[in-house]
This record gives sequence, C-alpha cells and structure tokens, in this order.
Amino acid sequence: MELLEKIASALQQGDEQQVGALTTEAVGAGLPAGDVLRSGLLAGMSVVGEQFRLREIFLPDVLLAARAMYAGLAVLKPRLAQEGIALRGKVVIGSVKGDLHDIGKNLVSILLKGAGFEVIDLGHDVAPEAFVEAAVRERAPLIGMSALLTTTMPRMREVVDLVRQRGLAGQVRTIVGGAPVSADFAREIGADGYACDAAAAVERVKALLGAA
Amino acid sequence: MLRPAARHVVRFAKAEALPVTREILEAQGLPEEDALAPRLRTLLDGGIAAYSALVEPRAVCEELSYARFSSVLEPLAIPDEDLVVGHVYPRAQALALFVATLGEAIPARIGRLFGDDALAEAWMLDAVASAGADLLAERLADRFAETLAERGSADLRVLPYSPGYCGWPTEGQRPLFDALRPEEIGVTLNDSCLMSPLKSVSGVLVAGDGETHRFRPDFQFCSECRTRECGRRLAWALGRG
Repeated sequence: MELLEKIASALQQGDEQQVGALTTEAVGAGLPAGDVLRSGLLAGMSVVGEQFRLREIFLPDVLLAARAMYAGLAVLKPRLAQEGIALRGKVVIGSVKGDLHDIGKNLVSILLKGAGFEVIDLGHDVAPEAFVEAAVRERAPLIGMSALLTTTMPRMREVVDLVRQRGLAGQVRTIVGGAPVSADFAREIGADGYACDAAAAVERVKALLGAA
Repeated sequence: MLRPAARHVVRFAKAEALPVTREILEAQGLPEEDALAPRLRTLLDGGIAAYSALVEPRAVCEELSYARFSSVLEPLAIPDEDLVVGHVYPRAQALALFVATLGEAIPARIGRLFGDDALAEAWMLDAVASAGADLLAERLADRFAETLAERGSADLRVLPYSPGYCGWPTEGQRPLFDALRPEEIGVTLNDSCLMSPLKSVSGVLVAGDGETHRFRPDFQFCSECRTRECGRRLAWALGRG
C-alpha cells in the first residue's frame, strides 16, 4: 500500500500514533506536505465523514479519527507554512449567548478541522458582538452559530442583524444549526445557511465558501 | 397544598448518580452494549470510570407554595398560560424548587480532555455526565415523591420542569436562584443566567396525579421542538411509560 493510502487508512482506524508516524515518514521521504494533507489526511477524513453521514460508523469513531488527524496535522503544519499552502478557509463558531450546550458545536468544529478548515472556536454563551468582532479580527468569511434551546434561538437573529448593521453582509456569511433550529427559521432570520447535523454543516460550509 | 418542607441540602451517594449504560448509549445513538465495537467499549468503560471517580452529586431543595412559585415566574412577565410550567403548576399538589449538580471536577476534566485533543474521551465523559445530571433530577423527584408519600400522599407523579425548556427562559434561573440560594452547594449563575458548574440542573419539582402533567403541545415554541420529550414524560406520568 502506498504511504499516503496507509495514512488515510490509519486515520480511518483512529490510530493516532500510526498517523503521526506515517506522516513523519512521508515528510521525511520528501513528499510535499500539500500532497500528504490532501491525499493522506483529508482523503482519510473524507471517508470517515461519508461513513458517518451514512451512519456506518458512530460519533466516537469520528472523534478518534479526528484526533489521529490532528496528530498528522501537527507534523505537517510547519511544512505547509513553508510551502505556502493555506487551509481551506477560516470559520468562527460558537454556541449563542445564554446557551451552554456546546457538544454539537464541538462536533461541527472537529469535522470542519477534519475537512481542512481553520476553526476559531469561541465556546459557549457567546455574545452577538463577540461573534462579529471575532470574524472581523480573524478575517473569517463565515460565522457558525449553534443553539440547543428554543429560548436561545433568537440570539441567532441578533448576530445576523449585527453583521448587516456593520456593513459586513456578503463579506461575512452566517450559518445556523442545533436541535430546535430549522431551515425555515434560518430563512426567517436571514442566515445564509442552515445545517441539520454536523456532517451537513461541513458540506454547507464548503458550499458557502466555495471550497467544495 | 400539603405542609411544606424547609429548604435542605441533599447529598447523594456516587452510585445514585450513575446512569445506566443503556441510556448513555441511546443518547449518543450508539448500539446496545453487547453490539458495541471493542474500541467504543473501551471508551465507554473509561468514561464511566472517570465519572464515578469524579462525581460529587448534591442538591438543594425547598418546597414552596403556589404563591411563592408564582413570584418566581413573575419577573419574567410572561403569562402563565404561555409556559408549560405555568400551565401545569396550578394543578399540582406540591411544588419544590431545586438545584442539583455533579460538582466541578467533571466539567473541569471534560475541558482538559478537549484541550488535549482527547476528543472521544471528552465526548464520552460529557455523555455520561449529561445522563447523570438528568438522573440526579429524577432522583430528587423520587425523593420528593417519597417525602410526600410519608405525609400521606401516595402515588403522586413528580416531574422536574427546568428553565431553558418548554418556553421557560434561561433568565428564569435568576429569580429561582434568588429564592433558593444554591451557592451553598457551589452552584452560581453567570451574567447570561447559565449555571456553573456546567453539569448542573435547576427547576421546580411538580407533584400531582398523572393528569397534572398533561398539556396540549401547541405552544408557539412546540413547533420548533424536535425532541418531543414531553410525550415520554407524560406517558410515564400517566403510567404508560
């Protein structure tokens, strides 16, 4: 099996040590970091994401794979910088103000990183201003918001409104998700995107950022 | 209304706060225990072991009158008929405010695990703890039912209702905390009315017959709810669950 295929396979098994070792071996063998990223790590994570979407594997399997991905990325990051290769794009993400539920948001964050995005995770209980300020500061073209409670969903509208008020519409897009959130609600508040689950969120982010 | 019991701190044995494995797995959409892949079994065992070592379950509880509970809802300026709990509590035979927590050690460990990129381990511990926090509220409800039975009111169905759910805004925690003062068990509110430690639960225990808990799920917020947990709760209250 080719080295990059071995990396992808080890990643699918969630074998963190093996992914780290194989990535080191690949870099040592002179393979371009961009190739190792795309054909090794991202290729493996893509399979994991698809298996998860099809419910062939479970969430903890994805998390084990993600950790293995991080082990490979840790080896690659300095090389990627040297080669001038950027990740797919930057996303600011958080659970809205008043909502402490961040497991769903964490999963989206993990899958986005696994898909090659840089994620600025603001945590939970995030004020509307904090979302927008982080997007401006980090020059992130996308804000992702999560809410688990019907009582905190209105905060999403405040963020969307604030993006408009600051004249950032079109430059900074918004995507919403979480158990009580629906596509209708997303349209109603003027969000640019909605995702019904974490796997769908990754696909929607790719589409919104033109990174498919 | 029965003679109210005074505010008191409730201590639980660790074992009382340990959720059953089936519920932990179900909540994550994982297969049943005997069909679990070895690596997931290892994760589950690790999560339960960490939880059991770290959990410090405790609660504070106080029985209160309709009028006093009404004063807990009043600052929200939401008509009772627009809240599930507002709809239910006037039919109750007894009410008790509560705040329960698993303690600080578990959320701290979860945070460290996420910080160390031990994602699956963090996730599993969080799942065990979420089930544990729900269980703690159920344990309190059981104890309240036992107390009421000792006072002659047997066969009451006690269910917890919490701010953040079924139209009761999280801001409702402020007057609840003012009334109950749970700082004694180490639970505080931040500016957004969120509890610290994270794995804590608050609300009111509503005791009555099964019909006490019945309501038509046609509130405005019901259309946005995907869990429909109320159906399971009502089935239990009516003795069908």
